[in-house]
Amino acid sequence: MTVVLIVCLGLLTAAAALLVVRIALGPTMMDRVVALDVLVAAVICWLGVEAAVNRHATTLPILMVLSLVGFVGSVSMARFNKGSQDIEAER
Amino acid sequence: MAAVADVGAAICLVLGSLLALIAAVGVLRFPDVLTRMHSATKPQVLGLLLVLLGIGLRLRDPGATGLLLLVGLSQLVTSPIATHMVGRAAFRAGQVRRDLLVVDELSQTLDQDR
Repeated sequence: MTVVLIVCLGLLTAAAALLVVRIALGPTMMDRVVALDVLVAAVICWLGVEAAVNRHATTLPILMVLSLVGFVGSVSMARFNKGSQDIEAER
Repeated sequence: MAAVADVGAAICLVLGSLLALIAAVGVLRFPDVLTRMHSATKPQVLGLLLVLLGIGLRLRDPGATGLLLLVGLSQLVTSPIATHMVGRAAFRAGQVRRDLLVVDELSQTLDQDR
């Protein structure tokens, strides 16, 4: 199981690094929002893999909270995207 | 039986992490917001579901399984909503590469509304 932990965390850390590069590059705010959404999912996977390998359930509520907070974050960023004259959504 | 479940859990965890990496590569490599949204939803949600399945197989605890089902369900429900909002905002703000679009029916509708 230790090998699985190392392999999974290596893959997820590489994924997070690539996503941080995309967040830094942009070019628009919406690209950053999409990348942040995937980054939150990578963090959820990271915590989940650690919980599965070490066989404990203490971090599972955090997975729930993270998945909901990631959703609220990207929706509110899309809602207040600068430069959009989105009057329809205001109603 | 426990060993079989552990092996299944290990396979699910590795496959899920691999899909998360694929999603990240897609987000980095694809050319604009709409194509990046594709890799941000499909491989990412499937990878997360595989990781959750791996956790469930490894813990084998009814309470934990219920919580994992809730996390997976909320991902399945919220991910399309979030990307729909992002795509809508990006399109209306003109932050989409129109030369990459094959069919563009939304622009006509938006022009008619004006």
